[in-house]
Amino acid sequence: MTEINFTLNGKTTTVDANPVRRLAHVLRDDLGFTGTKIGCDAGDCGACTVRLDGRQLCACLVPVAQANGAEIVTVEGLSKSGKLSPLQEAFHLYGAAQCGICTPGMLMAASDLLDRNRSPSEEEVFDALGGVLCRCTGYRKIVDAILHIGNTADANIIDPAVGEAVGARAAKLDGEQKVTGTELYGADQAPEDALWLRAVRSPFWRATFSLGDFEPLKAKYPGLVDILTADDVPGLNGFGIYPDVKDQPVFADGFVRYRGEAVIALVGDAETISEIRDDELPISWQEQDPVQGFGPPLAEEAPQLHNDYPGNILAHGATFKGDIDCGFDESTTIFEESFSTGFVEHGYIEPEAGWARRVGDRIEVTVTTQSPYMDRDEVAIIMGLAPEDVRIIPTACGGGFGGKLDQTVQPLVAIAAWKLNRPVRCTFNRLESMAATTKRHPSRITARYACSDDGKLQAYEFNGDFNTGAYVSWGLTVKDRVPIHATGPYYVPNVSAKSRAFFANETPAGAFRGFGVPQAAIAHDALMDMMAEKTGIDPLEFRHINAIRKGQETATGQKLESAGLDQCLEALRDDWHAWRAEAEAHNATNKTRRRGVGVGCMWYGCGNTSIANPSTMHIGLTADGTVTLYSGAQDIGQGTNTTMMQAAADGLGIALDQLNLVCGDTDLTADAGKSSASRQAYVSGNAVKLAGEDLRGQILRLANVGENATIEFGTGTLTVREGETSREIDLSSLPKSENGEVLRGEGYFDPPTEPLDKNGQGKPYGTYGFAAQIADVEVDVQLGTVKVLRIAAAHDVGQAINPQQVEGQIHGGVAQGLGLALMEEYIPGRTENLHDYLMPTIGDIPDIKTYIIEDPEPTGPWGAKGIGEPALCATAPAIFGGIYQATGVRVTQAPCTPDRLRAAILSNKA
Amino acid sequence: MTLYLQPKSIDEAVKALSENSLFVLAGGTDYYPARVGKPLDEDILDITGIADLRGVTENNDHFHIGALTHWTDIIETELPDYFDGLKLAAREIGGVQIQNAGTIAGNICNASPAADGIPPLLSLNADIVLASTRGEHSMPLAKFIMGNRKTRCASDEIVTGFRIPKPAHPATSTFLKLGARKYLVISIVMVAAVIENDNGNIGAVRIAVGSCSAAAKRLHMLERALAGQAITAGIGDLVTEGHLNQLSPINDVRGSADYRRDVALTLVRRALEELVASA
Repeated sequence: MTEINFTLNGKTTTVDANPVRRLAHVLRDDLGFTGTKIGCDAGDCGACTVRLDGRQLCACLVPVAQANGAEIVTVEGLSKSGKLSPLQEAFHLYGAAQCGICTPGMLMAASDLLDRNRSPSEEEVFDALGGVLCRCTGYRKIVDAILHIGNTADANIIDPAVGEAVGARAAKLDGEQKVTGTELYGADQAPEDALWLRAVRSPFWRATFSLGDFEPLKAKYPGLVDILTADDVPGLNGFGIYPDVKDQPVFADGFVRYRGEAVIALVGDAETISEIRDDELPISWQEQDPVQGFGPPLAEEAPQLHNDYPGNILAHGATFKGDIDCGFDESTTIFEESFSTGFVEHGYIEPEAGWARRVGDRIEVTVTTQSPYMDRDEVAIIMGLAPEDVRIIPTACGGGFGGKLDQTVQPLVAIAAWKLNRPVRCTFNRLESMAATTKRHPSRITARYACSDDGKLQAYEFNGDFNTGAYVSWGLTVKDRVPIHATGPYYVPNVSAKSRAFFANETPAGAFRGFGVPQAAIAHDALMDMMAEKTGIDPLEFRHINAIRKGQETATGQKLESAGLDQCLEALRDDWHAWRAEAEAHNATNKTRRRGVGVGCMWYGCGNTSIANPSTMHIGLTADGTVTLYSGAQDIGQGTNTTMMQAAADGLGIALDQLNLVCGDTDLTADAGKSSASRQAYVSGNAVKLAGEDLRGQILRLANVGENATIEFGTGTLTVREGETSREIDLSSLPKSENGEVLRGEGYFDPPTEPLDKNGQGKPYGTYGFAAQIADVEVDVQLGTVKVLRIAAAHDVGQAINPQQVEGQIHGGVAQGLGLALMEEYIPGRTENLHDYLMPTIGDIPDIKTYIIEDPEPTGPWGAKGIGEPALCATAPAIFGGIYQATGVRVTQAPCTPDRLRAAILSNKA
Repeated sequence: MTLYLQPKSIDEAVKALSENSLFVLAGGTDYYPARVGKPLDEDILDITGIADLRGVTENNDHFHIGALTHWTDIIETELPDYFDGLKLAAREIGGVQIQNAGTIAGNICNASPAADGIPPLLSLNADIVLASTRGEHSMPLAKFIMGNRKTRCASDEIVTGFRIPKPAHPATSTFLKLGARKYLVISIVMVAAVIENDNGNIGAVRIAVGSCSAAAKRLHMLERALAGQAITAGIGDLVTEGHLNQLSPINDVRGSADYRRDVALTLVRRALEELVASA
């Protein structure tokens, strides 16, 4: 150990540390400055950016020894005397922080820039922030914030009047803690005496193994407290998101199905468990040939992954409508094409992290998650406990996108803490986060679309294979959701859409923003372009002709009551024609750098498919006049902490700032379901509205006044006014419930769905979100590189509860869609870090123009529908359409990397 | 507990290296990424305390770039046009955090085939200067880098800097990098080029291509073909596929070998045209 002295945020600081330790770890673990986040430990994400002697540096790349004598500033040093700095204020008001995990790094990089350059250009902002990755915002609001420092007015943030919270551009209620670095995420909190846990993972894609004697290891490392194996699982050694499918073991039991699968766990002090090398462990492996890719797992005689699934087939899904043979026979224009996509990594900057403690005969898990109640039920099964004996306390979530729905650290720390009766914490490093956790399903799709001479769609045939990897995870959802959405958001009289999900010895594929719909959209919209060209109809107008309208039936026979795609396309029409013309003019004189503008459309059913997925919300009032929303709707950056409060305020009819929020703790909140499937605004929004209305009704009855009365809370009092009359209620006079409340409103909403029959007919979702996006791209035809110059996105969200949050979702979705289109492909075993796996940086995301379309959904709260997933699905098809106009190449494989596009351009010429 | 030595002078550093087997650490931008989730258990020689090793100095017939010169230092130091290619490369390395920490010698000693610093230094005809208790010596950079992650740096040596000879004629240089995203990207191909202008003709030209062989390579055949040619637009047309024969690109996640060969040709042509246009 070496004594190291530096100035930290202006204060002289001394630490005694191993000089080679990363500064980021010392700041967080030794000094408690957890505002500095760790996303990769490799300088790839910039989350740990601090300033050292004025310069921005990744604190994960600095040996603490080099900090000796230096002046260090972290995010905690930005605000002075409790007041946000102008930079922080701009980030807050302009919506630059969504999940907030990259925010400290962004702020530090920006502060470095601003100290050198008070009025930077957009390009200079890009250069300065190019080393920090953000996965939520699409960067545009970050750039906006920096370019608008000191200008709070243009953010257009309003403090809504009573009854006007829904639809208001209200500031993010948890925004300040994200810009000050005080927000606590999964890795930011655990008791001081917590032990650390590290999972040991399979180095093989398929192998059997046996465990030897661990005593010599324990003797060698006194800091090693315990080694957990499959034998230590108190309940069922299996988890999985469906109630009847628990196929994935917490610890593999003698057989591993993918590289990265947890085999054992080491529990001890931090230094010891990181010091032990995997090759010191008494594990003897017998490697087997894995079955991988799209061919081998489906081959006859292929080795099986699971006994219960012959032929490695997980399941088939299908939607049949009309008579496709007839539809194709009667059509004059028919195109068929095959498409493929790869694994895609969620790339949240916060790795999986959490801790657990045993409290008597209960277990408490504090964890970053998208689904507290599902975690509770999964952990209960694994622990052999009743669900009520498991408490999940969600931390702030540093991005999820579907990747924090499955079990990761939860069972590991729960088992360890239970067995050892000591708090145990675990934080995945980036490599294991990428190797062990779920991805987007790779797909192989063959599809055939037909239309008549006037451009009306007649028939669609779709066959899609989806690789679900080693375990089921969300494979069943993908195989169900894809055929329902396969046609795209168009009215098609005759449909046959079939899907198949299969196993392979690869990283499990699970939920990722869209559940197979983005893959299907690449197929249907490429075919739409081909039919448009053949029929001589403009691609946007071709979609407008076929856009499914209110009152029309989907492929599952569901009659839509809200369908705003036609309006989305109308909103884009002027941009579309202007941009197309500009591109053509540009191309007339440019042979090397070619421009093109494409359009993509999508739809997305909000909520889980054809199953109950209710949400229950409570609003409680205590005798001192405190009103609190108890929301189980986990905010994963998308802003539900704010939007649920807006809905509660209007449901109840009070000012937004009179409400308090308790979010997520399973002991305190009811089950609101998962923050996935674009369901919280629609499902939980309804539950909150009903809870507000319920409480309001109770109050009005108590005061014996009518519907139009206003409610105001004072300290210990409640004032109800109706016209000239005003009535004050002494809250202390009301009887108190067990939890100290005098009144409690409850709201419950389950989307109106019906099961699908054997032909896939029924009502799988309560409502659908719609979108159209256009992308203007420039292709360097000699290099095969694509630069997206601008995007316009029109989204039908029914009703924007908070327009700023909706824009943020659109921006972030576009960025992920751009990544899917152009650069993102997770290759198991090869791209398990954030420099080989490429996600868009700040310099890759163009200006994004947003149009919010509100075609109200009758069953939605104030008409609202979801936006989370819709934001992503239309982007890749739009970009691919642009590439076609620019080059004549029809992209059929995502991502369209420079080498693939260049090869296609060359073979197109030949 | 492992050793962590922080010498203040070159003498101290080489003495320590002669006595122990030590890992030489400077900016840490390659050391830490290779050890995610792994123990940090090497004995370390942290040379960042040697002030003499940082910065660019001009001498009679050459410039000297100290080993610990950060990429940001290269960007911010006023240097003749001859260094424009190196400055462009400096801006393309990682993000600003990496440019602020990463050192020029670290980039070279890590000897990645995709090291952005190597082609510009090759195009500048750089010699690398090494020191040990046995004394100081230098060698051409091309000789120093033996292949993928392999150099001629002996275990008791440190790199002290780079010696860049001044060009015989007024010279311009450039650097083109191809990657699949804007920042923080490992190069698929990069090209550095220098043209020395001898009264409108090419007095000398040096072109180096990275990420297309185990170590970045100068295109000597092409350089000979271009020598003496007039500096005019269309010079790129003189470059043929055959001039790139000495490259031996591989297939990897970033691109196929065929693609690399193809775009290397384009980038070499573009680099030359760019230099001609600015001359």
